[in-house]
Amino acid sequence: MDSVVIPIYTTIVSVPYYHYVLEGLLVLVVVFLWNRRNRRPRRPQLTEEEKEELIRKWQPEPLVPDTPQDHPALNPKYVDGKMGKYVSIEGKDYLNLATSNFLGLVGDERIEEVAKKTIYKYGVGSCGPRGFYGTVDVHLDLEKQLAEFMGCEEAVLYSYGFATIASAIPAYAKRGDIIYADKGVNFAIQKGLQASRSQIEWFEHNDMEDFERLLKIQAEKDLKNPKKAKVTRRFMVVEGLYLNSGDLCPLPTLMELKWKYKVRIFIDESLSFGVVGSRGRGVTEHFGVDVTDVDMIMASLENAVASTGGFCCGRSYVVSHQRLSGLGYCFSASLPPLLTTAASEALRIMDEEPERFDHLRSNGRRMLEGLRSAIADTLFYVQGDALSPVFHIKYRSDDVEEAEKKLDALVDNAFEKGLALTRARYLVGEEAFPIVPSIRLTVNSQLTSEEVDKSLKTIAEVVRSLTKN
Amino acid sequence: MRDIANVDLDSDDSGSILESGLCCEWENKDGSGMQTELGEENEEVMSEFYRRNSEPPTDEPVQEQFDFEYPAPRTEGLDHPSMPDATWFTNFLVSFSYTVKFFFARLRHILQLYGWEKCKGNVESEKYKNFVPLFSGPDPLFIRNIYRQGSDVCNRPVASVPGTLMTVRDRFTPDYGWTFEYKGTESRVLNMGSYNYLGFAQNRGPCAEAARRAIDQHGVSACTPSFNFRHNKVHKQLDALIAEYLGVEAAMCFPMGYGTNAMNIPAIVGKGSLILSDQLNHASLVTGCRLSGALVKVFKHNDVNDLERKLIQAIAEGDRTTGRPYKKILIVMEGIYSMEGTISPLPQVVALKKKYKAYLFLDEAHSIGALGETGKGCSEYFGCDPTDIDVMMGTLTKSFAAAGGYLAGTKKLIDAIRTRSHDIHYGTWMAAPVAAQVLSSMHIIMNKDGAGEGKLRIRQLLRNTRYFRRSLAQRGFLLYGHEDSPVVPLMTFFCTRTLIFCRETLRRNLAVVGVCYPATPLTKCRARFCISAAHTKEQLDWVC
Repeated sequence: MDSVVIPIYTTIVSVPYYHYVLEGLLVLVVVFLWNRRNRRPRRPQLTEEEKEELIRKWQPEPLVPDTPQDHPALNPKYVDGKMGKYVSIEGKDYLNLATSNFLGLVGDERIEEVAKKTIYKYGVGSCGPRGFYGTVDVHLDLEKQLAEFMGCEEAVLYSYGFATIASAIPAYAKRGDIIYADKGVNFAIQKGLQASRSQIEWFEHNDMEDFERLLKIQAEKDLKNPKKAKVTRRFMVVEGLYLNSGDLCPLPTLMELKWKYKVRIFIDESLSFGVVGSRGRGVTEHFGVDVTDVDMIMASLENAVASTGGFCCGRSYVVSHQRLSGLGYCFSASLPPLLTTAASEALRIMDEEPERFDHLRSNGRRMLEGLRSAIADTLFYVQGDALSPVFHIKYRSDDVEEAEKKLDALVDNAFEKGLALTRARYLVGEEAFPIVPSIRLTVNSQLTSEEVDKSLKTIAEVVRSLTKN
Repeated sequence: MRDIANVDLDSDDSGSILESGLCCEWENKDGSGMQTELGEENEEVMSEFYRRNSEPPTDEPVQEQFDFEYPAPRTEGLDHPSMPDATWFTNFLVSFSYTVKFFFARLRHILQLYGWEKCKGNVESEKYKNFVPLFSGPDPLFIRNIYRQGSDVCNRPVASVPGTLMTVRDRFTPDYGWTFEYKGTESRVLNMGSYNYLGFAQNRGPCAEAARRAIDQHGVSACTPSFNFRHNKVHKQLDALIAEYLGVEAAMCFPMGYGTNAMNIPAIVGKGSLILSDQLNHASLVTGCRLSGALVKVFKHNDVNDLERKLIQAIAEGDRTTGRPYKKILIVMEGIYSMEGTISPLPQVVALKKKYKAYLFLDEAHSIGALGETGKGCSEYFGCDPTDIDVMMGTLTKSFAAAGGYLAGTKKLIDAIRTRSHDIHYGTWMAAPVAAQVLSSMHIIMNKDGAGEGKLRIRQLLRNTRYFRRSLAQRGFLLYGHEDSPVVPLMTFFCTRTLIFCRETLRRNLAVVGVCYPATPLTKCRARFCISAAHTKEQLDWVC
């Protein structure tokens, strides 16, 4: 007993006094905090009667608000037959300058024959997602064909264009990463950016100096915190041909910035696939950029290719990741085989008939020049690149409602004269940036010069009559 | 190009379900006679099958028609679904097997990092060595080392219509899943992996003819969003037919089922609202809820008491971030859950939602066409009024063998969705042949042609489901889910056991789906069967 007590007593006595002071203070702090924890005001516990009273009083909003019946979405134009060069609405034919049928492949007989034969072999639906017996061999063929077409290592096929882009971006970019995006990107990209939960840095549309400014700011932050910089992935998302403005992205400058600041580039070529480039391979072909240097190209098959679905292509290391992480790929039924073979046949036609691209470009140039002269000296103006098949006709006015009225009047009057035009539709409350109302006018490769001139004449007449009023 | 060039378009080989295999004499009207014969002689017959490695029985023509009363739904225990857990020893072994796997995965990763082992998969190009690595975390480790070894079980390529008998292209991997090579041969397998509940996945018949005619009349695609233009004959008719089928005011169809959820839930709820979502909801519902901006709270799977507790708490306390009450509360759940095979307790949830003034969004992806006397889904199965469900959603991929989804409800709801949906503004049309397939199959189910085929299919599905589940249960397999659910998960718990099961069944010409992480929890891997109305009794016996 003594051999235990005496050493303990000796230790206690020999310790300097400040130890006791410090440890005593520590104990007091612990006791103080413990008491404070108990005294923090708790949420008031409600009694059963109070809860019932709150439940009785609570009035939720209606599930959805009332919608005025004259809203344009409730009054679409109902078409009959195929939406090719002409559309038939209520028995009358209108020249179609509204849909994105750029290469005139809607109603093509070769594609329809192939689609019909596919039904007789594979049925209509694929009845499963890609992982669970929904991978039909035609999907594998189309993926290989797309990869060869674009000159990439691998392509991943999705069953819907919007879902392609909205699933591809969040598969790579997560919370804590940085994405630089052009302010003019379309809604599908905006939803993909929102789903990724990354930090989004917006730069002015096609303004490379603004983009470089943002990159320089980030480079300074990286120098201050190199540890964080090593794990923060950077991406830039641009479109090849912008749907909302009809102009091309400056790809060579973007590639320089990519290598200088180590930012991976994703390009959305929904509009430019099958349109830009001498053989329709997109902006990489047009600008002469090596397609393997682009980290990923995402595109939709719903425009020039006239089918449904979308794809992502690029290096295998990057793109094969989506086969397990792309939500729209793993958890959705695969593209119906008939639409897959239709897309395959469309790609074959694009290879065999490259003159369609020349016709499209010449029609686009003719239309743009004609529009500029038709609406000169009015408050209307046209936006779009000479290479683009999509143009936006806008109205110079500070009052958005007045601009919308004028544009609607232009659409309606042109419709009466046999021209099908449409307004570009946006979800105004949900777009990331304010929208300028416009008419989205498209050209296709099947239009003859006479038809282009006739439609220009009609637009000029309508514009003149509107400006007189 | 695939040999569809040799398909003869004009051969008239149309057949209906009556030729593709209904069977008879399963059950007496009082419900007796459903027991399978599990005797010694049956086991000998089974083992003889396996020894001979025989082809699965083909679809045989029906001998006689039959009629029976559609049985009442089994509603006991819905809110405590049958999901028995494994014994503690099995759970321990499963965790141990994962520990071993991850240890070796990490070891291999380190060896490759220091260059002692060459990585056979894709590697990043040398140009990107100064970039931040694209992939990090435990998921790539899992995918490269664990998933890859079993990847021959997924993504099996199909070379025919995904009916009850389908053709799968044979492939093998010489290097444990890094690359696949095709043997050049094909196997004819019995399909219990595709979603073909009513057997409409046919390449001949009235539906295929309707799709073909639709291509001639309306083309394959249209290249336009649905806002400005819609098709007169196709879309207008389809919307009206879906509304009539479900017994609601209005409906509208979309070209992608996943997109129907992901792009339209934000049109219904927004910031300031609350979404109460079931724990096991599908990825499309989770994406839609996240994109909406509303606060999302999860309640335990099918647990009505937990849902009620959360409802009371939500209404009593309101939104803690703003201090105000919630604008509205939306309960989001599915009819049949695709991984568990459980059916949601719809009557109790409808009662709750009426009591607490919440709204209900029901995703009937797997239950439309599969439950209910005329295939109208959960509401008919339980005898609920379809107008009680505020938003009915479903997909057209499973029971109708097409593609796409729909939303249905009051006209006010559908009008509002039309004006606020992402799909309508930025997407594209449903393709005309796909819509024609839906129209034609729905006509058959609703018995508009008077042949009675729809009724036969639905009842056959229920018979097949109950027979199959009982057969497997009698043989001692652990099944999840409700007795009437055509999705039958067979629990194997170990992912290795799932792999072996799927490989061996394919060798014996049976196509089954094996599911592991991340679709299911890490320790609850399973094999899944999907019953179809077109399966015959002989085929189901052969499977068992």
